[in-house]
Amino acid sequence: MKIAVCVSHVPDTATKVKIGSDGKSIDPSGVTYVVNPYDEFAIEEALKTKEQLGGEVVVISLGTEANKESLRKALAMGADSAVLLKDDKQRDSFAVAKALAEEIKNQGAEIVFFGKQSVDYDNSITGQLTAELLGYNYVSVVVDLKIDGNKVIAEREIEGGREVVETTLPVVITAQKGLNEPRYASLKGIMAAKRKTIEEKEAAPADNYVEIIRMKKPAPKQPGKIIGSDASAVPELIRLLREEAKVI
Amino acid sequence: MANKILAVLEQRDGKLKKISFEVARAASDIAQKLNAGVEAVVIGNEVEGIENVGGYGVEKVTHYKHADLHNYSSSAYGDIIAEHVNNSGNDIIFFGNTAMGKDLAPKVAVKLNAGIAMDCTAFEIEDGELIATRPVYAGKALIDVKLTSGKKIFTLRPNVFNPGEPSGAKAEVEVKEVANPNLSVRVVELKKSEGKLDVAEASIIVSGGRGMKGPENFHLVEELADLLGAAVGASRAVVDAGWRPHSEQVGQTGKTVSPNLYIALGISGAIQHLAGMRSSKYIVAVNKDPDAPIFQVADYGITGDVFEVVPAMIEEIKKLKEG
Repeated sequence: MKIAVCVSHVPDTATKVKIGSDGKSIDPSGVTYVVNPYDEFAIEEALKTKEQLGGEVVVISLGTEANKESLRKALAMGADSAVLLKDDKQRDSFAVAKALAEEIKNQGAEIVFFGKQSVDYDNSITGQLTAELLGYNYVSVVVDLKIDGNKVIAEREIEGGREVVETTLPVVITAQKGLNEPRYASLKGIMAAKRKTIEEKEAAPADNYVEIIRMKKPAPKQPGKIIGSDASAVPELIRLLREEAKVI
Repeated sequence: MANKILAVLEQRDGKLKKISFEVARAASDIAQKLNAGVEAVVIGNEVEGIENVGGYGVEKVTHYKHADLHNYSSSAYGDIIAEHVNNSGNDIIFFGNTAMGKDLAPKVAVKLNAGIAMDCTAFEIEDGELIATRPVYAGKALIDVKLTSGKKIFTLRPNVFNPGEPSGAKAEVEVKEVANPNLSVRVVELKKSEGKLDVAEASIIVSGGRGMKGPENFHLVEELADLLGAAVGASRAVVDAGWRPHSEQVGQTGKTVSPNLYIALGISGAIQHLAGMRSSKYIVAVNKDPDAPIFQVADYGITGDVFEVVPAMIEEIKKLKEG
């Protein structure tokens, strides 16, 4: 069984966002890039699935040379091979999904993992788009997964609870925090990852449907009132919430 | 130029969710500005009160009905919506940015070869084109986007588009029985967290952070939330420590929220947390440390001990309720 996991390489969540000179993207100077946090759950689940069902795990990322760092991390955790789909232009989720779907087809992977969302553009749709382009079933925002033969039972997080979803292979799963505890790469894994070659190819071309007109900072919030420093301020707080803000 | 906008409504357990009215109102407001028509669809089995969507400016709702559609199925719902759009000629489609909308909208996008912009918080019309504003980097920045595809899909962040008071008008409801829905992906069971509101949907959130000192003290957060009809939220630190479930986490690796009122108790305000809640309409912070970053975004702050202030808040609100 071939298992694929798609990872994105994104600014660390501690990043303070500055708008770049093009006015349409962030200023990358001084920004630390990491493997997308949700993708770590995807990598872990791919490895666990391989341990259960056998087969091999290929990790795929679309972007530039810099993405190799995230691919190496996945290799160090235990992925068998890695593919970089090279493209230095910005793509929308749909255009990313088209290139990924193409490569997943090449690889013949029947179980595919994504993180449920990238913490840069926050669209939370690349996994679903890729699945639909491939004609695969999918379950998104998954916190529990069982694969038994051809049958897939996944629990996905929804508002105020979980849905238990039943479907069949081939399938795309997008991973939510809580699905597993991602393993740390062992020293042996890190050394082995350094020796593995990352296959590089040009990403399949695709048009963007989303045109970014401008990026802007949210309006700065005016610091509010400090009402007091102990419990005696509470009656005034409640009065303000009722009479000024009118929210309770 | 838009001809006809489609609002995709959402039901759970046969009742329309609040987001349905928000999507209906936003769709009808935008339709008016674009001089376009507007209609809605809802998929389910028995669904109560569909005609009430008329009060939010949508005159016509098509109800796709089958017993097996009571629960969500991406495969069935996706087929139905794509077919509806192809028959009806809608060129703009709105979903709620909910668990269902986020799962379903991309499927429909592929079927229609439509561009898609998720989690929109505002719309403008520039030169006759619909421009959507959406937060990126969990709200640390915003982008204005337009879709260049023929068909365009937008999902709307819950709690942002005020549906206003319904006018009392009733929508015309056409029921279409669905034959053999495609159930290749289907929900076989719904596990509800008993009586708990979700932070993504709540209009008030009471969140606790490391300043609560331990999971055993979260009963204070829960009690205040109960009294206010609020959802309980949590900072990443307390989720990572295992004090609270991840479903309650607010911030960049949790949920991005925009309630009317956000009460932060013992939360210092890491950049990831602030990004996830700064668009709340009103923010209250209680924290011992007057230099905590949370006070930079708070409308009202008390620089005191949560273990003194929160019980006082509970008492004060109880007094109010007893009136």
